[in-house]
Amino acid sequence: MKPAPFRYAAAQSVEHALALKAEFGEEARFLAGGQSLIPAMNFRLAQPAMLIDLNPLDDLDYIQVKDGALRIGARTRYSKVEHAAEVACWQPLLAEVLPNIAHPQIRNRGTLCGNLSHADPASELPAVMLASEARMHARSATGERWIPAAEFFLNLFETALQPDEMLVEIELPALSARTGTCFIEVARRPGDYAMMGVAARVSLDASGNCSAAGLALCNAGPTPMAALAAAQMLIGSDLGAEVLAAAAAQARDEVSPNGNVHCTPDYQRHLAGVLARRALTAAAARARTGTPA
Amino acid sequence: MSTRYFGQPVKRNEDARLLTGSALFVDDVELGGMLHAAFLRSPYAHAKIVSIDLQAAKARPGVIAVYTAEDLGDYWQPGPLLVPPPPVPGIVFNLRTQVPLAKGVVRHVGEPVVLVIADSRYIAEDAVGDIYIDWEALPVAAELEAAARPDAPRVHPDIPGNVAAHAHQKRGDYARAAKDAHLTIKRRFTYDHGCSQPMETRGVVAQWDNKADKLTIWDTTQAPVAIRNGMAAMLGLSERQVRVIAPFIGGGFGPKIMMFYPEEVLIPWVAMQLNTPVKWIEDRAEHFVATTHERGQIHDAEMAIDKDGRILGVKDVFLHDTGAYDPYGLTVPINSQCTLLGPYVVPNYDSVFTAVFTNKTLVTPYRGAGRQHGVFVMERLLDIAAREIGITPAEIRRRNFIAPDAFPYNHGIIYQDFTELTYDSGNYEPILDQVLATIGYEKFLAEEQPRLRAEGKCVGIAVVCYVEGTGIGPYEGAKVQVQASGKVSVVTGIGTQGQGHFTSFAQIVADACGVDVTNVEVVTGDTDAFYWGAGTFASRGAVVAGNAIGQAAGLVRQKILATAAEHFECAETDLVIENGRVSLAGVPDHSITLGELAGMANPMRGAVAPGTEPGLEATSYFGPPMGATASGAHAMIVEVDPETMMVEIKRYAVAHDCGVVINPLIVEGQVQGGVAQGIGNAFFEDLVYNEEGQLLNASLADYLLPTSMDVPRMELTHTVTPSPLNPMGIKGVGEAGAIPVGPLFAQALEDALQLPQRGVELLDIPLSPSKLWELARGA
Amino acid sequence: MSSTGFADEVKVSLTVNGRRYTRTVEPRMLLADFLRHELGLTGTHVGCEHGVCGACTVQFDGQPVRSCLTFAVQAQGHEISTVEGLGEGPAKLSVLQEAFRECHGLQCGYCTPGILMTMQAFLAQHPDPSEAQVREALSGNLCRCTGYQHIVDAVLLAAKNLRAGGQA
Repeated sequence: MKPAPFRYAAAQSVEHALALKAEFGEEARFLAGGQSLIPAMNFRLAQPAMLIDLNPLDDLDYIQVKDGALRIGARTRYSKVEHAAEVACWQPLLAEVLPNIAHPQIRNRGTLCGNLSHADPASELPAVMLASEARMHARSATGERWIPAAEFFLNLFETALQPDEMLVEIELPALSARTGTCFIEVARRPGDYAMMGVAARVSLDASGNCSAAGLALCNAGPTPMAALAAAQMLIGSDLGAEVLAAAAAQARDEVSPNGNVHCTPDYQRHLAGVLARRALTAAAARARTGTPA
Repeated sequence: MSTRYFGQPVKRNEDARLLTGSALFVDDVELGGMLHAAFLRSPYAHAKIVSIDLQAAKARPGVIAVYTAEDLGDYWQPGPLLVPPPPVPGIVFNLRTQVPLAKGVVRHVGEPVVLVIADSRYIAEDAVGDIYIDWEALPVAAELEAAARPDAPRVHPDIPGNVAAHAHQKRGDYARAAKDAHLTIKRRFTYDHGCSQPMETRGVVAQWDNKADKLTIWDTTQAPVAIRNGMAAMLGLSERQVRVIAPFIGGGFGPKIMMFYPEEVLIPWVAMQLNTPVKWIEDRAEHFVATTHERGQIHDAEMAIDKDGRILGVKDVFLHDTGAYDPYGLTVPINSQCTLLGPYVVPNYDSVFTAVFTNKTLVTPYRGAGRQHGVFVMERLLDIAAREIGITPAEIRRRNFIAPDAFPYNHGIIYQDFTELTYDSGNYEPILDQVLATIGYEKFLAEEQPRLRAEGKCVGIAVVCYVEGTGIGPYEGAKVQVQASGKVSVVTGIGTQGQGHFTSFAQIVADACGVDVTNVEVVTGDTDAFYWGAGTFASRGAVVAGNAIGQAAGLVRQKILATAAEHFECAETDLVIENGRVSLAGVPDHSITLGELAGMANPMRGAVAPGTEPGLEATSYFGPPMGATASGAHAMIVEVDPETMMVEIKRYAVAHDCGVVINPLIVEGQVQGGVAQGIGNAFFEDLVYNEEGQLLNASLADYLLPTSMDVPRMELTHTVTPSPLNPMGIKGVGEAGAIPVGPLFAQALEDALQLPQRGVELLDIPLSPSKLWELARGA
Repeated sequence: MSSTGFADEVKVSLTVNGRRYTRTVEPRMLLADFLRHELGLTGTHVGCEHGVCGACTVQFDGQPVRSCLTFAVQAQGHEISTVEGLGEGPAKLSVLQEAFRECHGLQCGYCTPGILMTMQAFLAQHPDPSEAQVREALSGNLCRCTGYQHIVDAVLLAAKNLRAGGQA
């Protein structure tokens, strides 16, 4: 299982990388962690004519905190984010999901931006970006733009990135006070893609009612799915058992999973309801006690 | 003779090399000018090859040669029958064997069609991508039952209903027994035993030295001697011109004893054609389609019992998926048929199977070799029977055991070694008692389970029993020699799959020859060193090779004593052999090293007496008339999350009897490794095919091998009923752990979720959380 | 930037087990193949080439990674550690290697180098792990022979011996 030949360029700067991408378009792929791209290349499912290696770009390796909001650069590896105190502190949902992604050996190379560009709907991270209402910073040789997570994932392995764009960083907004989050998944073995995963975020107002909510699921369809109607049901509620159960049932009804060799679509849908209820229950409890995760 | 090492948990001699990355595996072989091979394999389960365009492939720089079936000329021929069908009266057997490269038609996904030889594997794969084949898809016989229908698409054009074999064995009169029965239980069971997935895939390196007129083949085979003999015959060489080396093998588990795989047959031929060394290493994607599987059976089985749950008889009609070809004969279904009887008295038995060709990868033995399927049927029938008459699964088994004084116990049907299935020895009730005690069976049922259930937890317990036929012939041999260095070498034809032969064999020799176990050098798997023997499979290495080694070492011991007695001018009974020296008893200063003694036995002048041999060396062979029967029981407690159906194994116990034990550490390792594969088989591993015979999960990302978090810590105990069939009393243990885990899961999960009370039974393996949920929904 | 000047082969200079190597290779050559066939360090094994089995695990600047999911050219300027760099050869095993021998933590030995490289790094970060932590750290390495129990025993024994004053 050897990859097909490709031309290789070690990027000397972000500008250099973007210039090459502008020149070669879809024939060229960015190589960051390579933990999704290289297996696909070894199977010859992907045969890019050129790889632009971003690994020399140290200045894309950062976690920046500003007023509780987090910016993570394109070359930042999962393991760095997983062990960063500022992530545990300011973005507990992200901290909670990371140990579920593959294994340490993969996390020592793989990057968050690479994962998101790959847009596998079974992957956990895109769902967390949706639930967190993150935004993606795309740059090309001719410009840049911010894309909200809700508009970033278009289809199976397809994002809103244009052929000449790179996802250079992501930003997760600061959590308001009295916010609780929770990520839960069910996978066949630790580190496997989830058969179903749920990312939940709830915030309380001064009177203890829900002021904001985010609920997203992975492996629920061709893209990570934000359960908007279910989240909407929670706003203004006391996040009691009854309303959480109703919201979970709503989420279950909103998903359209495809099933796979490990699970039937009905089972996935059933899991969506179960995990949504469990995740929302935990997130609500955390919001109340003030311990976000 | 002291037994300083035999029975001890001696640390392994081979570990230092393996731990430091200095052990040779086949892909580690590097030869000057070596070329690399890659295959174009059929993407279709069944298709005609209309035309093949090799132009672009041949033109690619770095490509040295490209071969199709036509290019092989007279060398192209279907492979040999490896295991003849057993002498079951009235047996039907249709032999169809694999070919080196497909000619005109392909019969399973992965069947090799074109061989590319290039400067590197990378380039060879590029060239495979250059090849254009015009295919005509043919109807596919994929699913087993569908393939068995008379009007099914034919895998082989002249065989309607895809009948590879039909075999009927019976003992007594089941129909009459069923008439008098208190109850008969009838169910359909399906059991799929997946595939082996050793961490090391297959590989072959071949080097033809046309000056020495010698062919050397490195091969990940479990049967180097057979490969040597077969390849010599095929290539028109004498056996002495061919050397097969099976170096360290990264796990075999059975499919590496399938012989004369296309790649094995082709690579040496190409090396001779090109007069250049050639290497082929199977990648994991190939392994899923090119290396044999064991897969599935469908059983329509029936058990007649009396009011106390005693078995009056069993009747079983089953289909066996044998894949596209059947070179390995009927070992797997015969094992299913025989091992179903288990440790129980089954006065009347009527078992008939049809082996069915399908357009899928070949089926040959994989750890357990068909025993799993039979054991699943029997254990599940017993569980259902127990429930019907209101006793526990443990109790019904106890009531049906063969009594300890009934051995040797002849079941009267034919086994895989062509003898009548006879259990040599055994004592089953103590094994059951041990495992029940370890897991705390009674207390769990009476106290813990009710308490946990009241808390809303879904917990279940299960116990299953089985026997395992081990240590079959035909024979193995060994040559033991004291060298001038004082180290003792032992050479045998049997190879290694990682089960510690370099140590367990050394322990036997060390005791006999009075040396430190680290001073015994074991050579296996090199046909230049020893070229008699069958191979490592069927849990026979320790029994058959071990006893041959014991005999040879015993003969060497006699020579040591005789030579030393002559040297010291004393009686042999006055001598002590210890720590590599022979001395007069009570006079330790009066001693000679074994190395010096070996030198004396190999004189430069004088004469070797007529009827004697030089040196301190002996060769001996051991061929047991039939196999030795090991047995065991497994017990497990599980907790199931009733919403997600995720399963946690809380405790796992094994009680095992493999006769006299050479190295308890190695035995533990074999049982634990077997159980891990059993857990994979029961709950994680599932070969998922579509109707076109395409394997949908042909990667380790989607064919799920259990990890360290899926396999629990196990509590092992053992009993010993020595085998009367060999001087050391040993029985095999290689496959034991893997055999009963399927029915164990079914029983435990039924108990945890109280499924039978809800009208649901678990009659199919493998299971999974999704399958459990689908079965239980609405119940 | 010019679109010409992309060589078919690229020069790679890297350090492996403390020794510097320079080779010229195709960019597509996997690090696992580079170590095994360019440098002759065959202790690192290839099991799947899609990053699942862990047999190819080496340390990249001290961090365990899959060498089948890294191109050799990406190791330019970096430090790789392989199983050959543990201990001082078969005659002088490291504390971790010795613990594996003590506990029968290997059978065929094919997955073992990848496990050693993973667990050596793990123990450096977690000198007093629980069994559950060891099993979790091990879960990215597949073994088909042992059933993992003796491997876990070996790692726990090594942890104990290292705490008592050995070098991994």
